Amino acid sequence: MEPAPPSRPRSEIRIETRLADRPTADGVQRPAEKIVIQDLKFFYGDREALHGISLPVHGKRVTAFIGPSGCGKSTLLRVLNRMYDLYPNQRAEGSVLLDGTDILSKRQDVNLLRTKIGMVFQKPTPFPMSIYDNIAFGIRLYEKLSPAEMDARVESALRKAALWGEVGDKLRQSGLSLSGGQQQRLCIARAIAVSPEVLLLDEPASALDPISTAKIEELIGELRSDYCIAIVTHNLQQAARVSDFTAFLFLGDLVEFGSTETLFTSPRDQRTEDYITGRFG
Amino acid sequence: MTLYARRKLVNRLALTLAGGAAALGLFWLTAILWTLLAKGVAGIDLALFTEMTPPPGDAGGLLNAIFGSLVMTVVAVLVGAPVGILAGTYLAEYARYEQGGRLGEVVRFVNDILLSAPSIIIGLFVYEVMVVRMGHFSGWAGAMALAVIAVPVVLRTTDDMLTLVPAGLREAAAALGASRWKVIVTIAYRAAGSGMMTGVLLAIARVSGETAPLLFTALNNQFWSGDMNAPMANLPVVIFQFALSPYENWQRLAWSGALVITATVLLLNVVARMLAARNRGNEA
Repeated sequence: MEPAPPSRPRSEIRIETRLADRPTADGVQRPAEKIVIQDLKFFYGDREALHGISLPVHGKRVTAFIGPSGCGKSTLLRVLNRMYDLYPNQRAEGSVLLDGTDILSKRQDVNLLRTKIGMVFQKPTPFPMSIYDNIAFGIRLYEKLSPAEMDARVESALRKAALWGEVGDKLRQSGLSLSGGQQQRLCIARAIAVSPEVLLLDEPASALDPISTAKIEELIGELRSDYCIAIVTHNLQQAARVSDFTAFLFLGDLVEFGSTETLFTSPRDQRTEDYITGRFG
Repeated sequence: MTLYARRKLVNRLALTLAGGAAALGLFWLTAILWTLLAKGVAGIDLALFTEMTPPPGDAGGLLNAIFGSLVMTVVAVLVGAPVGILAGTYLAEYARYEQGGRLGEVVRFVNDILLSAPSIIIGLFVYEVMVVRMGHFSGWAGAMALAVIAVPVVLRTTDDMLTLVPAGLREAAAALGASRWKVIVTIAYRAAGSGMMTGVLLAIARVSGETAPLLFTALNNQFWSGDMNAPMANLPVVIFQFALSPYENWQRLAWSGALVITATVLLLNVVARMLAARNRGNEA
């Protein structure tokens, strides 16, 4: 059974967000390019996992990365906040411009970068502490707030993640006591609590049941108006439901990138068509 | 004989051998504990904890030995545990991520050797570097010998427990902009906390029963002494001396002292196991 689509009609959301976009020379409203990936190559040791990928990630839009297992979609996502920096033997070549600044540059402060680019992982990763402290953790790293201000920030983050109604009266409980779906929304709340500009979602619903998945998708629909969102998913219907743009990756190459509607209804490349019609993957 | 019948026979044989070996091990353990209890419990009274070790034939207790053991164990753990925890942290949190780093492997290997090194060698080592230079036996030397024994125990458990912390948890914290040290202290230590505590408790249990290293370092003291610069009484060496003596009252005290140490170590182990169980429950 497929989960129900977000209750709000998508066309409405698009009209809303398009108003905020900058006008271009030809007078057509186009979404701003928040991130521009140029000729990105990625290496695990000697193995090249991404072979020169170029694509934009638009602000206030949802971009989905799809493709069969091992195609490099998660790798691509982990380049965007330099998660790979934690591990030796992993390196990236090329450039990734965030608002025009190359974040792959050595001068880029990785920790500061990650405050601007939040990430949610496949497996829910609540910290072994209370729900409140889970949210406050990231805020405390870079801001000194009074208890009242902190309470307000925690509440607002939980509200944005549609979790306040369920946990508002048990903030002192351990984050580990929540259900899987609630834990994942806690992680989303934790990510948006530090007011990032970009949200990276790495298969955020693949470990969840259909109802929790529907809630996460609904949440993505609500967050798209405030953030630039990139989501990795191997659920094609999910990509079709939540994203505005889709990139199809195959064996480390970007095969096709375009608006989700176009890519799913009239793909240009044979491989894309084969994949979305279920012939492989 | 059919293949099935043979398989059943082999299975029964293996079960008998394994069960027999387990029973044999348990039998000796129970026998030891029973003997200890039977011979030691009679001497457990207030005097044991309030009076000094007596001369042969007199009544007395083990207060100076219990106190000395306590002081040296505490000092040993205060010195050994931080070293072990920091070194374990280096192995699990830094060396693991080093590009082509061999240092971590070498440290881990050497630590494993230290972990299983005969404790008498550690006693001799501290005798050489401290007792000989200072010119006399002392509580400090005893405590340092015990610290050297505590370090590899704590190091190993810290390394193991931190390695068990899922990488996803570290990545999640790093993804919020936390620096590596912050991730270690606020997330990894918290997630591995009770496991690391277990390691410290096991180290206490291990050092509180050590005799050989103390023979060469703290020696013993018949009288009350809180001076770490002088030879210091301690339970293991008192038991060693009293048990080998021909005097009946000394032998009784040795049994009681042995019971006190065993009960303490048993208690520490139980607490350590409970902590470890709680840790596993947290991760689930």
